[in-house]
Amino acid sequence: MSHHALTIHQAQQKLRAREISAVELTQAVLTRIQETDERLHSYLTVCTEEALAQAEAADRTLANGATPPPLCGIPVALKDVILAQGVRATAGSKILEQFIAPYDATVTQRLKEAGAVIIGKVNCDEFAMGSSNENSAFTPCRNPWDTDRVPGGSSGGSAAAVAADQACAALGTDTGGSIRLPAAFCGVVGLKPTYGRVSRFGVVAYASSLDQVGPCTKDVRDCALLLDVIAGHDPRDSTSVNTPTPGYAAHLEQGLSGLRIGIPQEYFIEGMQPEVETAVREAIAHLQGLGAEIVSISLPHTEYAVATYYIIAMAEASSNLARYDGVRYGYRASEVEDLGALYQTTRAQGFGSEVKRRIALGAYVLSAGYYDAYYLKAQKVRTLIRQDFLRAFEACDMIATPVAPTTAFRLGEKLADPLTMYLSDIFTIAVNLAGLPGLSVPCGFDQHGLPVGLQLIGPPFEEEVLLRAGYAYERGHDWRTRKPPL
Amino acid sequence: MSYEAVIGLEVHAQLLTESKIFCGCSTRFGAAPNQHTCPVCLGLPGVLPVLNKKVVDFALRAALATHCTITPTSRWARKNYFYPDLPKGYQISMYELPIAEHGYVEVPALRTGSGQALRLGSGQAPEQAKKVRLTRIHMEEDAGKSIHDAEAGASLVDLNRTGVPLLEIVSEPDIRSAAEAGSYLRSLRALLQYIEVCDGNMEEGSLRCDANVSIRPRGSTEFGTRTETKNLNSFRAVEKAIEHEIQRQTEVVEAGRRVVQETRLWDADREVTRPMRSKEFAHDYRYFPDPDLLPLVVDRAWVERVRADLPELPAARRARFRRDYDLPAYDAEVLTARKDVADYFEASLRACPAAPKVVSNWVMDSVLRFVKEEKLDAALKIETWPCPPERLGALIGLIQDGVISTTIAKTVYEDMRRTGQAPEEIIASKGLRQVSDTDILQAAIAEVLTANPDKVEAYRGGKEKLLGFFVGQVMRATQGKANPQLVNTLLRQKLAQ
Amino acid sequence: MRVTPDEVRQVAALARLSFTEEELAELTQHFDTILTYVDKLGELQTDSVEPTAHAVAVSAPLRDDVVTNTPSAAQTDALLANAPSRKARFFRVPKIIE
Repeated sequence: MSHHALTIHQAQQKLRAREISAVELTQAVLTRIQETDERLHSYLTVCTEEALAQAEAADRTLANGATPPPLCGIPVALKDVILAQGVRATAGSKILEQFIAPYDATVTQRLKEAGAVIIGKVNCDEFAMGSSNENSAFTPCRNPWDTDRVPGGSSGGSAAAVAADQACAALGTDTGGSIRLPAAFCGVVGLKPTYGRVSRFGVVAYASSLDQVGPCTKDVRDCALLLDVIAGHDPRDSTSVNTPTPGYAAHLEQGLSGLRIGIPQEYFIEGMQPEVETAVREAIAHLQGLGAEIVSISLPHTEYAVATYYIIAMAEASSNLARYDGVRYGYRASEVEDLGALYQTTRAQGFGSEVKRRIALGAYVLSAGYYDAYYLKAQKVRTLIRQDFLRAFEACDMIATPVAPTTAFRLGEKLADPLTMYLSDIFTIAVNLAGLPGLSVPCGFDQHGLPVGLQLIGPPFEEEVLLRAGYAYERGHDWRTRKPPL
Repeated sequence: MSYEAVIGLEVHAQLLTESKIFCGCSTRFGAAPNQHTCPVCLGLPGVLPVLNKKVVDFALRAALATHCTITPTSRWARKNYFYPDLPKGYQISMYELPIAEHGYVEVPALRTGSGQALRLGSGQAPEQAKKVRLTRIHMEEDAGKSIHDAEAGASLVDLNRTGVPLLEIVSEPDIRSAAEAGSYLRSLRALLQYIEVCDGNMEEGSLRCDANVSIRPRGSTEFGTRTETKNLNSFRAVEKAIEHEIQRQTEVVEAGRRVVQETRLWDADREVTRPMRSKEFAHDYRYFPDPDLLPLVVDRAWVERVRADLPELPAARRARFRRDYDLPAYDAEVLTARKDVADYFEASLRACPAAPKVVSNWVMDSVLRFVKEEKLDAALKIETWPCPPERLGALIGLIQDGVISTTIAKTVYEDMRRTGQAPEEIIASKGLRQVSDTDILQAAIAEVLTANPDKVEAYRGGKEKLLGFFVGQVMRATQGKANPQLVNTLLRQKLAQ
Repeated sequence: MRVTPDEVRQVAALARLSFTEEELAELTQHFDTILTYVDKLGELQTDSVEPTAHAVAVSAPLRDDVVTNTPSAAQTDALLANAPSRKARFFRVPKIIE
C-alpha cells in the first residue's frame, strides 16, 4: 500500500516501528495532493514547507525513543475556517482571501501538541454556509467518486481530501450537517461531537450556538483517535464543557450487546432514494445481528427542524459576520468616498450571494417587529426538537438514520433554488439544534458507485457509544477497501 | 404656559478592573495606540469572550449600593450596529435580563444655615432630599476611540478602550431640572467612588452621561417627545446641555412646532446641542442572546459575599461623622458628599490633636474652597492634592500648640498648597513662628504706646474700645507673629499701670 | 409576496449590504420562498414553551481579573498586519462624521 493511503493508526504503527519516516509520509501525501488536486480542488492552501519542517521535527521526536505524542508525524488537513498561526485562513471567502491568521485555534494547538503535521487548509462553502461546496468563493471542490458531483458541504474539502488520500485525516466543522453530509457523500467517517465537547476558539464562526468542530477520517478508529486529541475543556471558550473525556479509542471494542438502537419513523420519508433506504436498513439489521436491540421511536417535530435551523443560523450569522467590515483585516473595497460606502461596497464585493442572502435574512428575523414571530418562535421550536430527542433517549441508547435522503448530487443541480439545497440537510440539522453528537459511517454504495452514509445519533456526551457501534459495524464490512477512481 | 422638564440620565461608568471584561488585556489608560489589544478585543475571526469575575462583583456592589433587585439568572445580549470603533459589529451588553433592576439613588438636600442651597463645585442640590429611581443596571463592553482631526478625510481608530468593562446605570425620568440632574450625578458618582468601582473622572471619560430630556405643560402627567443628548463630559456640560435643551424645546413648542425625537450632540464650545448626523437613521439594534456566552447565574451566597465586602456608604458615614465626631449635620453632609473629601478629613483628623469641628472647618473653608476655585471638582484625587491631609493636620496642630496664630496659619496654608512644602519649613524659612517672648512683646507694646500718647490718654479716660487699636498696632509691628492672647494681656496690664 | 423589494433594501442597509436592482429582485423572491417555508412553525402552539438559546445548559464560566496579555510592539504589529489601511499603529478609515 502506498504511504498516502495509510490511516492514522496504520501510519502510527509504521512510524513508531521506523518502517517509514514522517518526512516520507508527508512527502507522499504532498505528492498525492499534487497529482490529484487539479481534478478535486480540495485544497485552498498547501503548507508544503511548514509541513515538511513539522515532519522533520516529528522524526526527531520519533528517533529519541520515548513514547511519541499520539499524532506524531501524521498529516492532517484543516477546514479553512480553522485558524493556524501564520497560515492564510480564507473561510472560503473572498473577504478573507489575504487574511493570515495571527494565532492558532485551540484545536490546531492541540493537534500540534499531539505532533500532527498540518498539511494544509481545505476547501469549504463560504463561511461554512452550504451543503455542496459550490458556495466556495474559489473553485468548488469535487467528489472524488465522480468529479461531476459535489462532495457535500460545507466541509467538502475535508471529506474529499480524506477520501482521496490527500491527508490521513481532516478536521471539519458541522453547523447543520457540514461534516456528516460530506462524509456520507465521499464515503468517509465524520463525527459532529456534542455541542461544547470541542473548543470553538479560533474557528471562524457561522452560527455560534450550533457550530462544532469534528474529525473526518478514513475509519472509525481514526475518528476516535482524533477526537481524543481535540476534545476537552478549553477555558477560552465559554461554551466548552468541563467534563472529562473518556478516552474514545480505548473503548472501541466493547461491542453492542444490550444496546438499544432507536429508529425514528420520521427519517424514512417518501421521495428518498431507494438505494439509500435499503443500505441504511441493511446496516441497522447488521447492528441487530451484532447484539443490538432495535426499537421504533418517534421524533415528532422533525419536519420543523429545517425551518428552525435556518432562522437561528441566519440570525446568528448576520451578527457573526458583521466584523468583516474592511477596517481591521480582510478585503476592503478601493476608492470609496465615505464610511457608509466603505462598509456597503466592501461587503457587497467581499461576500458571495448565499452569504449575503443569509445575512440579510438573519437581520430580517432579528429586526423590530419580526423577532417574536421568527427568531423567538424558532428558539421555542428548538426546545421542542430537543425534548423529542431527550424523550427518545429514555427508550434507546442511540438513534440510527440515513445521513441524507440521496447520494451525492451533480454540481449545479440545486443551485437555483436555495430551499431545495437547504433540504439536503433534513436528517442532520436536528442533531445540531439539540446539541447532540452524530456520527456518519459509510454503509454501502448506490448503483452509480456513490457512497451512502449511516447516521448514528447519541445522547449528549455519548460519543463513545456511537464510535463503539460504528466500529463494530465497520469491522463487518469492506466498504473501505473500495477506493475512488482517481 | 409654564413647562416642566422631565429628565432621565443614562450613565456609563468604567470599572476599575485590571483587565478587560472578556479578555486578558490591560484596561490602563494612556497606552500607545492599539497596544492593549489581542485577537479577542480586536474582533478577529474565531475569537470568543470569557467573562471577568470582578466585573460581576463590581456590578453587584453597585446594585446593592443602589438598593436594586438582583436578577438570579441574567443574560448577555448582542447589540448590533456598525461603527469603526466597534470591532465585532456588535457590542456585548445586556438587554432583556439585566443583572439588576428597580433601585434608587438618594439625592440629599443640602442647605446652609441661611437657608441657601449649598453649592458643591458648580452644581446645586435640590431643595429637598429625593429619591431618583433606577430602571436598571447592566454590564457591557466599551467601544474603542476614533480620532477625527489627525488627518484630512480620514479618521484613525485606536481599540485600547475596546472591551473595558462598563456599567450602564439608567434612571427613571424622575429628574425635573438641570441642577437636580447635576446633584443626582454627583450622588451617583459619590456612590461609585465609595464602593471603589469607578474613579468618576468625567474629563477622562471614565464616567459618561447621556441625558434624555422632554418637556410638558406643568401639571400634565403625560410625557413629551424626548431627545437624547450625548457627549456630556463634565458636570458643567450635563447641566448646561440640559438647560439648553429645556430652553430649546420650550421655544420649539411655543412656536407651535413639535419636538423631534432624535439624538443630539452637545457642542461645549458653542454651548448648544445639535442633531447627530450619524444617528439620522433610526437604529434597529437587533438585540438577541449572545450564543457565545452562557447565562450568568448569581446565587445568594455570591450576593452575600459582595454585601459583606461592601465599603461604608455615604449615608452610614454621614451618621458616623455626626455620632463619633459630634459634627453638625451640615458638616457631616458636606464632608461625606465625596469619598475623597471624607477620607481627607479623617486623615487630617488623625494627624492632629484638635477637635473634629476645628478640622472640619479647615477642610470646608480651605480645602473645598480651593477645590472649587481651581475647578478641580471632577479630576481631583486625594492622592494628588498638593497639600496632603497629614500636613493639614500638622498645621492645625501648630495652632493648637501656639506656634502660629490662625491668621498666620491661613498664609502658611496658601504656601503649602502652592509649594507643596511642609508647614514647619514654611514657618521657619519665613520666620513666621509666633512671638510669645514677653520681653519682645513688652518692647513692641512700649513702642506703640509711646507713639500714640493721645490714644493712651483717651483709653485711660474710659475709651476702652481703643484696646483693639493697640493690639492691631502691636500685631502690625510684629508682622502678625505676636501671640494675640498674650499681647492682649500684656497691653491691659501696661495700660492699667 | 411577504416582503417588498423596499423592505429587503432596508434590511440590507441595516446589515450594510448593497444590491443591484436585479439582485434585489432575486433576493426578494428568495425571501418570499424561505419566509413562506418557515411559516410552517406557526402550526405549532408554543405559548408555554421556553426558548432555547443554548443546547447545553450550564452557566457562564468566569476568569480572574488578571492581565494575561502584555504584547510586545512586535506582537502588536503582527496583530495589525492584516489591516487594509493604517497610520502607524492606528487603523485608518474614511472620515467619520458624528
